Amino acid sequence: MSVSESAGFDDAVATQEGIGDPILDLLNGFIVQLRAAGLPVSLTENLDAMEAVKHVPLGDRQTFKYALAATLVKHHNHWKAFETVFEVYFSLRGDEFSIGDDTVELPEMDDDEQQGEQASGDQQGGGGDNLSPEELAEMLYQSLMRGDQQMMRGVARQAVKRYAGMEPGRPVGGTYYLYRTLRNLDLDGVLERLLEQEQNEEGDAPSDFEQRLQRDEYQSRIDSLQKEIEAEIRRRLVADRGVEAMAKTLRKPLPEDVDFMHASREEMASLRKAIYPLTRKLAARLQRKRRHGRKGPLDFRRTVRASLSYGGVPAEPKFRNPRPHKPEIFVIADISGSVAAFARFTLHLVYAISGQFSKVRSFVFIDGLDEVTHMFEGVEDINEAVHRVNTEADVVWVDGHSDYGHALQVFWEKYGNDIGPRTSIMILGDARNNYHASESWIIKAMNDKARAVHWLNPEPNSYWDTGDSIVGEYAQHCDGTFEVRNLRQLEGFVDHLA
Amino acid sequence: MSNRFSDVASLKDELAGVDYLSDDGIAGVVYLADRLEKPILVEGPAGTGKTQLAKSVSEITGARLIRLQCYEGLDEAKALYEWNYKKQLLRIQAESGGEEWDDISDDIFSDEFLLTRPLLEAISADEPVVLLIDEVDRVEVETEALLLEILSDYQVSIPELGTIQAKQIPLVFLTSNNTRELSEALKRRCLYLHVDYPDLEREKEIVLTKVPDITENLADQVARVVRSIRQIELKKHPSVSETLDWAKTLVLLGVEKIDEQTATQTINILLKYQSDINKAIKELATADGVSP
Repeated sequence: MSVSESAGFDDAVATQEGIGDPILDLLNGFIVQLRAAGLPVSLTENLDAMEAVKHVPLGDRQTFKYALAATLVKHHNHWKAFETVFEVYFSLRGDEFSIGDDTVELPEMDDDEQQGEQASGDQQGGGGDNLSPEELAEMLYQSLMRGDQQMMRGVARQAVKRYAGMEPGRPVGGTYYLYRTLRNLDLDGVLERLLEQEQNEEGDAPSDFEQRLQRDEYQSRIDSLQKEIEAEIRRRLVADRGVEAMAKTLRKPLPEDVDFMHASREEMASLRKAIYPLTRKLAARLQRKRRHGRKGPLDFRRTVRASLSYGGVPAEPKFRNPRPHKPEIFVIADISGSVAAFARFTLHLVYAISGQFSKVRSFVFIDGLDEVTHMFEGVEDINEAVHRVNTEADVVWVDGHSDYGHALQVFWEKYGNDIGPRTSIMILGDARNNYHASESWIIKAMNDKARAVHWLNPEPNSYWDTGDSIVGEYAQHCDGTFEVRNLRQLEGFVDHLA
Repeated sequence: MSNRFSDVASLKDELAGVDYLSDDGIAGVVYLADRLEKPILVEGPAGTGKTQLAKSVSEITGARLIRLQCYEGLDEAKALYEWNYKKQLLRIQAESGGEEWDDISDDIFSDEFLLTRPLLEAISADEPVVLLIDEVDRVEVETEALLLEILSDYQVSIPELGTIQAKQIPLVFLTSNNTRELSEALKRRCLYLHVDYPDLEREKEIVLTKVPDITENLADQVARVVRSIRQIELKKHPSVSETLDWAKTLVLLGVEKIDEQTATQTINILLKYQSDINKAIKELATADGVSP
């Protein structure tokens, strides 16, 4: 399928091929929302999506969703953002998701195995509005016990209605309602109760191992209940405020835009996964740069092949590429309090880098400086290495406040002679020097000996050289100074190396 | 537009018929790929059945599977085509003196002297084929460009011969273990499918289908233990194939109910790093569940 790349063909092509206008508008609106959430949707992909929805039944929500995802989302990290936009945008457009009809709220229950359930069963006609908190709690317990998805959905609806206290037009986010609902449901308590129940039934006490499996099972059910509750809150909010407003409130930065300094624990975990491919790329870049422009020994096979153009006369000798040299990397990282969050990330980066390169030496400093290369060597678990660095490395000289000048001096005295013409040096820090002497001549001396010195700064560009930051003073002696606050910028830095 | 599959549900059933248990996402994307005539880029952790998907699809469509295994240093000569230069040389020598040079030079750059490699073979085949480009993330970014022409237009341009158009549109699968980011150009040309570890129910089904003589009860327990292990932060989580190996082992050992001891003794089938094994054993023995 050939596709024109020029804008404006967008609508024309799609209508020509006979898509009804309502769907076209709907999709266009959806794609606008996706782009607003930061997802890079190209025109080609847009057209593919239009083409794709023609082939799937529109009534089938799941298939429809996957059709859109397959054509529009080309990165697994973006899946979550896509899902949020999808759920918000199409939240009021599915059959089962209509919001007005409270009568169908409680799903039909199989009445036989219900003990504490009669009461609520009788009240179904009234939409379950009159459920007492105890009855709701019992329903919650039963639905989790049996892992009944339908029933969980009913419970979620009831719980949100009763506990969230949602009022039209109230300017609070969904998390507030979620918190209120969950607090009233006391899921932790329910989990304990479920586990106790299980033990009583089993008779003899189960081993820790069995308990653990049981707990995981119930936990996963509770998680799915929580998802139902979130979805319910979202639906109600969308109904109240409209799609655009909701999509805007729920918008979160994509993983590559998450600021290292303010990353939550979950975000940190996904960042860690993303670092690994990046270091491979870094390795490739550094090696390739060395490969250019030099010739290795004669390549016989290719020479013979080339000689065919001259009737078998080897007129054009071909050479092998020289074996690329392993680059040598020194990483010098600030792990002081002011960059604590960044430092945690930095250490992960160092760990990942040391897995890629054979010759990596890592140093950490606050006002003193220590080599930590050995702490990353042969360590299987990164958390252990980070813990060791934080506890064992001797980085405090006087008061444990950053002193770049002194740290650099220590480095120069102890390790300066190890720098060779093949060494790339990466310094990670915010250059907030607490008004100590900068000793920036050391950077100059380092750069004279080394292949390159790069400075990565976790602070926004606009903060540089304000207050006690003296990054500008160091920068004049570096090959480059980069603002690196998120993965996108880190990737930009790696690309710059090429 | 081709119509290998009538709808998503029946495709799912057909895949199940050859022992590949798909879900809505997987079946939906394969179905779309057929309808839109686009390649599928399948990404996901190792051992989740990405390659198997291509094999299974070729099995149900009765198409020949042509496989290109990617590796660092893969080049045109290995992926697309190569001139059979020995034969060309022989041709030149056999005719030396007798014929005009112009005739020979036209002659030695013809089909007869062309060695087809997987990509060219896939589009020049007369019968239906499924093309599997395996572990595409292993080639360098520059080599990816080799694939672009065939992926978007199903054609190969050979300077000496001209452009070879596909006789039939092959169903193309590219798999990637995500060790590096693929280029935008490549991604734009493909439908994207992320295959993750299956959820509890699907994993249990897979174990039941693939492991003969396993009881439903044991399969259920296997799936549960594996799920718990995947929740622990490890270097390498157990893949589906490792789950299957483990299940087979348990059947061979005649285990009927997995207790802590059996799990500890056989966990080395699921996990391949000593540090992971230690961690998992420790974690599984604590009743409190997920510790941070």
